[in-house]
Amino acid sequence: MDLMPILSTLRRHKTAAILIVLEIALTSAIVCNALHLIDVRLTRLNADHGLPEAELLVLTVRGTRTDDSAADKTARDLEQLRALPGVKAAAMANQVIYGSNSNNTTVTPSKERKNERFHSAQYSGDEGLMDAMGLKLVAGRNFKPEEYQFESRFLGADEIRLAQVIISRALAEALFPGTDAVGKTLYAFGATESTVVGVVDRLPHPYPGRADGAKGYALLLPWRPNYRGGSYILRVDPAQQDAVLKAVPGVIEKVDATRIVDSARRLTEMRSAFYAQDRAMAWLMGGVIVALMLVTAFGIVGLASFWVQQRTRMIGTRRALGATRGQILRYFQLENFLLSGIGIVLGMGGALALSLLLMAQYEMPRLPWLYLPAGAIALWLLGQIAVLAPARRAAALPPVAALRS
Amino acid sequence: MLAYYFDLALRSFRGSRALSLLMVLALGLGIGACMTTLTVFHVLSGDPIPGKSARLVNVQLDAGTMGGYKPGDEPQFQLTRFDAEALLRDKRAKRQALMTGSNLPVLPESPDLKPFYASARQTSADFFAMFEVPFRHGAGWDAAADTAQARVVVISRELNQKLFGGENSVGRTLRLREQDFRVIGVLADWRPVPHFYDTTMGDYAPAEDLYMPFATARALKYGTTGNMDCWDAQGAGGPLDINAPCAWLQYWAELESPGQLADYKSYLEHYSEDQRKAGRFQRPVNVRVRNVVDWLVHMEVMPGDVKLQVWLAFGFLLVCLTNTVGLLLAKSLRRSGEIGVRRALGATRRAIFAQFVVEAGTLGLAGGVLGLLLAWCGLWLVRQSPADYAPLAQLDAPMLALSFALALVASVLAGLLPAWQAARVTPAQQLKTQ
Repeated sequence: MDLMPILSTLRRHKTAAILIVLEIALTSAIVCNALHLIDVRLTRLNADHGLPEAELLVLTVRGTRTDDSAADKTARDLEQLRALPGVKAAAMANQVIYGSNSNNTTVTPSKERKNERFHSAQYSGDEGLMDAMGLKLVAGRNFKPEEYQFESRFLGADEIRLAQVIISRALAEALFPGTDAVGKTLYAFGATESTVVGVVDRLPHPYPGRADGAKGYALLLPWRPNYRGGSYILRVDPAQQDAVLKAVPGVIEKVDATRIVDSARRLTEMRSAFYAQDRAMAWLMGGVIVALMLVTAFGIVGLASFWVQQRTRMIGTRRALGATRGQILRYFQLENFLLSGIGIVLGMGGALALSLLLMAQYEMPRLPWLYLPAGAIALWLLGQIAVLAPARRAAALPPVAALRS
Repeated sequence: MLAYYFDLALRSFRGSRALSLLMVLALGLGIGACMTTLTVFHVLSGDPIPGKSARLVNVQLDAGTMGGYKPGDEPQFQLTRFDAEALLRDKRAKRQALMTGSNLPVLPESPDLKPFYASARQTSADFFAMFEVPFRHGAGWDAAADTAQARVVVISRELNQKLFGGENSVGRTLRLREQDFRVIGVLADWRPVPHFYDTTMGDYAPAEDLYMPFATARALKYGTTGNMDCWDAQGAGGPLDINAPCAWLQYWAELESPGQLADYKSYLEHYSEDQRKAGRFQRPVNVRVRNVVDWLVHMEVMPGDVKLQVWLAFGFLLVCLTNTVGLLLAKSLRRSGEIGVRRALGATRRAIFAQFVVEAGTLGLAGGVLGLLLAWCGLWLVRQSPADYAPLAQLDAPMLALSFALALVASVLAGLLPAWQAARVTPAQQLKTQ
């Protein structure tokens, strides 16, 4: 197929051609970045944090009076909760993933390296926590029963003594690169050092994926929180979760009826709420992509129809001189391919520029290069589909009718 | 003349229904998207306390230790209890208040109501006058009540509705934990947007339900909520102790005028220097005093997603406009014959130009109406979202006017090029080809 007639025709419709090229360029630049944004959000939405999330229930209980026996009541609550059918494990933790609060502390490896500070999530819990959260030890050991202390007593102490800690693998690798972390010491509070007794595979930050939690640094302390500040984590067979959730208020009331069950929820619900904004943004981007593509497609249809109408005489002449229907069809397809091509090339440049802007302003990762060919193919296809109807109308023009007008 | 052009425009739309519908649709979508995102942006970037925001200032002092110190770093964004109480005693501004959030158990008198938790603010006397909090009944407390650790509370309209059925409850008793408090004030509706005085509660959180003297809450050892930043081992008193190395209080001051800022800042610098000399502060003097607007910018209150959405919507509108220009151009070229006849009958270039601009404007009006409808739907969708600012996304009069202005300006701009093309049509050539 000869390109020259197409080019010379386009030269006579410069403004319209430029406009359609511009539209395709803008669309492809936005679509590439919107697709990337969807991908970033979906990755976040679907991230696996290494916990048996489908099995976990979270329960928060609050007191309405001063309570000197909070630790004792917590132990009794746990005993009763563990006795419920379907409960595989139960524990009290100071914070929960996707929860509303996050405790953090700064860890330094030694006095000499005191300027190396690792901002870490600070978990504390009782003996049942490893089982309830399904944490996997990859080195060392769990805390021994005699190592656990009560948080209430501990926080009132003049000096915080923290003899043993368990840390996440990410923190272990950051603090002691290339060596075994078990047995090493670190500083997490004040001036006393703590010994790493174990390393768990993963211990996700309460707000995973948000600024603080990105690196997966975390430590677990052998302090038993009580119901006044912490949350109960129950590991329950999914089939029996409804029954357990129903039984929970009764259990809490039996131990002490002056308390309020603040919330009793599945962790999956908390996850869904935690990521709601990301999900909404992904849907919004999807909607924008569809709307943009539609508008651009209709723009192409409109302009192509107009060109077909305007070039009726030319088409008729060519048909009369022996051009087949297929050649007329391909003429318009090629023309669109050419215009889309210029638009796409410009658009890819625009997509990269936009990506740089997003990286600087909104902490987006760089646009992976794969999006460029994907966006290009999508827009080429869109152009071809949009131009098909007007091009077929052009091809269907009988030579005589064309000449008569 | 305008009416005639308008009539011509309507005729032209009837002549090419599909194309006109397409243009209105594209324009409407673009305008709708822009209006939705702009309205959210407008609501969220509002001034929570207009008229006073320039002389209400937040105070930051650097009370940290030298560990991890880097010159030029921001100080903690909250104050230690020691510093907040010291500044409050000094009373160097027209009004000042220290504050923190809290969640407190309310034990209702009525047996029909179960105990529940209410959001509370522990603060000092000037809070209400400084933030222009509207009262429905009664009033706040005075400085004497702070000193006396009086057991008084101010409650929100909602809490008053829930506990006392909405009647004037001033003088009634409210039980929190094991303590009885006297209600001294009931607020009218109040929701500063953003929740500027304490963004750790959520940037767009509603205002609290209960307000009580900070001194009283401390005497009763009530807990607090919000952000707590400690940099050293806490003593036996825990993080809420007066000498604890922990920053957890917000501190606001109202100046006589924005011009007083420099004086106030130098007072804070002197205070910091004194603390350094006394050995309490280790870092070099590092004071920040920001007014409400600067504070909100500094705390990056506006969600990044909202800004991104505005950019996206304008990108979308740009595509829609390019589309409209292209289609209008095609349409005006197709009507070269008609233009030729009008020109031959005496219409000036200016008249043709005006006719086409009016036609584009008419299209814009239709697009504006559609856009408004879509924006209304879009905002409804935003309100269904889980964000804490969701209920605030409402269309208001200025945004309504803006949406029509935007539609009209955008469409007229889009119409300029096609109109210019149309005006260039030479009658003789057109008539010859007919």
